[in-house]
Amino acid sequence: MRKHTRAALLCVTAALTLTACAAGKGGGSTSEAAAAPGQDDKLTLTVWSNFSDREYGEVTKALKTFNQKFPNIEIKHEGSQDDDKITAGIRSGNTPDVALSFTTDNIGQFCSSGAFQPLKAYIDRDKVDMDQINPAVREYTEYKGNRCAMPMLTDVYAMYYNEDMLAAAGITAPPKTMDELYDAAVKATKRAPNGDIEVAGYLPTMGFYANRPTILAPYFDAAWETADGKSALATSPGWTEMMTFQKKLVDFYGHDALERFRAGLGQEYSADHAFHQGKIAIMVDGEYRTAFLKAQAPQVRFRTAPFPTLKADQYGTAFTTGTIMGIPKGAKNPGAAWELIKHLSFDTDTIVGLANAIKNVPSTKAALESPKLEVDEAFKTFVDLARSDKLKGNPVTPIGDAHIKAVTDFSVSYQSGQVPDLAAGLKGVDQNIDDQIAKSGK
Amino acid sequence: MTTTLGARPAPGRGRARARHRLTVLAFTAPAVLGFVLFFGYPLVATVVFSFTRYDLINPPELTGLANYEFMFKDPLLVKAITNTLWFVVVLTLARTAFALGVASVIARLKSGVGLIRTLCYLPSLAPPVAATLVFFMVLRPNGGPVDSFLGWFGVDSPLWFSDPAWAKPGITAIMLWISGDLMIIILAAILDVPQEQYEAAELDGAGPVRRWWHVTLPTISPVLLFGVVNSVILALQLFTQAVVAGSAGSGAADATGSTKYLGFPDNSTLTFPVYLYAQGFRYFDMGYAAAMATLLFVISFGVTILLVQRMRKNSSAEEGGPGA
Repeated sequence: MRKHTRAALLCVTAALTLTACAAGKGGGSTSEAAAAPGQDDKLTLTVWSNFSDREYGEVTKALKTFNQKFPNIEIKHEGSQDDDKITAGIRSGNTPDVALSFTTDNIGQFCSSGAFQPLKAYIDRDKVDMDQINPAVREYTEYKGNRCAMPMLTDVYAMYYNEDMLAAAGITAPPKTMDELYDAAVKATKRAPNGDIEVAGYLPTMGFYANRPTILAPYFDAAWETADGKSALATSPGWTEMMTFQKKLVDFYGHDALERFRAGLGQEYSADHAFHQGKIAIMVDGEYRTAFLKAQAPQVRFRTAPFPTLKADQYGTAFTTGTIMGIPKGAKNPGAAWELIKHLSFDTDTIVGLANAIKNVPSTKAALESPKLEVDEAFKTFVDLARSDKLKGNPVTPIGDAHIKAVTDFSVSYQSGQVPDLAAGLKGVDQNIDDQIAKSGK
Repeated sequence: MTTTLGARPAPGRGRARARHRLTVLAFTAPAVLGFVLFFGYPLVATVVFSFTRYDLINPPELTGLANYEFMFKDPLLVKAITNTLWFVVVLTLARTAFALGVASVIARLKSGVGLIRTLCYLPSLAPPVAATLVFFMVLRPNGGPVDSFLGWFGVDSPLWFSDPAWAKPGITAIMLWISGDLMIIILAAILDVPQEQYEAAELDGAGPVRRWWHVTLPTISPVLLFGVVNSVILALQLFTQAVVAGSAGSGAADATGSTKYLGFPDNSTLTFPVYLYAQGFRYFDMGYAAAMATLLFVISFGVTILLVQRMRKNSSAEEGGPGA
C-alpha cells in the first residue's frame, strides 16, 4: 500500500513538474519595441496564415513586396495554419514571426493572454498614424486598450439582392428598413402548389450562411455589453427586435417548411450557394461574395446596397471584421516582424494590390481613396460603407466565440417556438455569457 | 501458478538476482516508459489541470474545485452528456448487432464470399470526413438520392442532419456503414466455432436459428463483448462525424475556424468530446476542458469495469462455477 502511495505521489510530482514546464514554454513577450532590422541583417521571417489556393498565392505576392524595403529579409509563407496551430506553435516554441488569423473572435484571448505581443511600443516609437484606420476596425484588433494586432484588409457586410427576382416581385428599390425587408421577403417568396418553398425572399434562420449574431447586431442597433461590461442581450432592445423580426418571418414561411427548404440548400463557400442558384432573393454577406458570384454564377444579375436597419436614420450602418496580424509570443525576429506588419497595414500600394486581388476592402483611408483600387458598381457599396462612420466591429471577449454560440443557439430555439418567454430567455443567455467570462478570469 | 518473469532466483545469489532484475527492467523499460509518457503523464496532468484556470498560453493558476462547480450551471454540458449517452446506448447496440448480423449472413454464403466481405469492409477504410460528407450528400433533402427514391412513393425523407430528432440517427447510420472492422472480427470468430458443436446440435434436432442462438452466440460471446466495449469507447469519443455532420447540416462545411457551427442542429450533435474541444481550443479554457476530460475518464472507466465484471460473471456461469 505504501508503495502505491509513493508511486502515486511520484506521478503527481512528475506531472506537476512537466506541466509547469509545458505551460511555461514559448518564450517571452515584451512591452518594449525590438529594434528594426539593419539593411545588412540576413534573416528569414516566417509568416503563418490560413490562406490557401489562389488567395495563398496573392498574399504571398503581397508579402514579397516587403523586399522592396528590406531585400535582405527572406519571407517564408506557410498557409492553412488556423488559430489552433498558432496556439500550439506558441506552446511548443515553434512560433512564426508573424501570425495571420481569420478569426477576430479570438482577439480577446490573443491580447489578454499575451499570445500576441503588445504593439503599443512599436506604434509610439514609429509614430504610426492609427487614425488612418477606421475606429471600428481598430476596435476588433485590440482588447481593453491593449493593441496586439493590426488589420490586413477588412470585410464589410451589406445586402445582396437578385435584381430580376425583386423586379418580378414588383419591388423597384432595395429595402432600407426591416419593415421593408419583411415586405420584400414576402413578395419575392415563391411556393410550389403543395406549399413547399421554391424561392425564399430572405432566409432569416440564425446561423445560416452569414446570418450570425455578430453580423446582424449592428443593423438592429443591438449592443453586446452594458456600460459595466456585462452581457446586454436582455437590456439592449435591439436583440428583442432582431429575434422578433426573425420569428415573424419564420412564422410566415412556416418553421417546418423553412427547415425543409434550408436543408436542401448548398454550402456557403461552394458554387451551390443558394444565392448563386437563385434560391434566395436577398441576403447579407461580405464584399468577397462579389468575386465568388463573378467566378461561379456570372448569370446571376445582382446588386448590392447597405443592409436594411431597424430605424431609418441608421441606414448605412455596416458590420466589419477581417484578417488580423500579430507577433506571437516567442517570435524570433519581433523587430523585423513589426516592420512587415507595418508594411502590410500601411503601404498603400501593397494594400490596394492585395484588395484588388482577393476582393477585400482596404483597411486604411489612403488605400480606400487610391485611384488604383478597382471598384465596380457592386463593390462600391462596400467601399462607401468602409469610408463611413457607421461601421461597427466584432465584439471582443476573452472566451473565443462562446458568446456567439450562446446567442445563435437561443435564437434557433426561439425561432422554432421552444422559448415561451423571450425576455426571460435573453436574461438566461446573459447569465450564461457573464458566467463564462467570469470563469475565464479576464 | 508461476510465470517466467515472476520466478525468483535462489537465495544467496545476489549478483545473479540483480542481473535478472536488470534484464527484466531492460526488456520492460520501453513499454513502461511509453506507458508513463503517453498514458500516465497525460492522465495525471489532465487531473491536475482540472483544478486550474489555464488559457493554454500562461502557466495554470490553481482554482480549486471551480471548474467542477461550473459544471452544475453549464446548460451545454448536460446536453453534451445526454447526446453522448444516447450514442453509448444506441450506437453500441446498433453497431454490435449490425456487425453481428452482416457477419452471420456472410458466414453462411456459399459463393462470392471474398467479394462481399471486401465490399462490407471497405467503407471502414474511408476517411471519416469524406464518409460523413458522402452520407450527407446521399441523405440530402430536396434532390438527394434517398430523398428522390422516397419521393417515388410519395414519402418525404427526414431532414437527417437538419432536424434535431434525426441528426443522431443520421450519424449512427454513418457509423454502421463504417463498422466493417468489427464485422471482420466477428466473422473470424464465427468461422472459428468448432464444426462438431453444430453437428452435435443438429443431431439433437436444432434448426439453423437454434444453432445460431445456442452454439454460435455463446461461443463468440467474448468477441461480442469486445465489440460492445469497443463500441462504447467509440461512442464516448465520437467527434469527427459529429463536427462534419453539424457543419454540413448548417451549410458551413466549407467554412473555416469558428464560423463552423458546432452542435447543429439545436446542439443535437454536440457530443461530449466536441464540447470539450470547444471549451479547450475555441473558448481557451483548458482547465474546464480538463475537468470535463476527467469526468469522461471516470465514466468510461466505470462503464468498462462494469462490462468486464459482467463478462467474467457470464464466463463463470457458463463454465459452471464461481471464479473458474
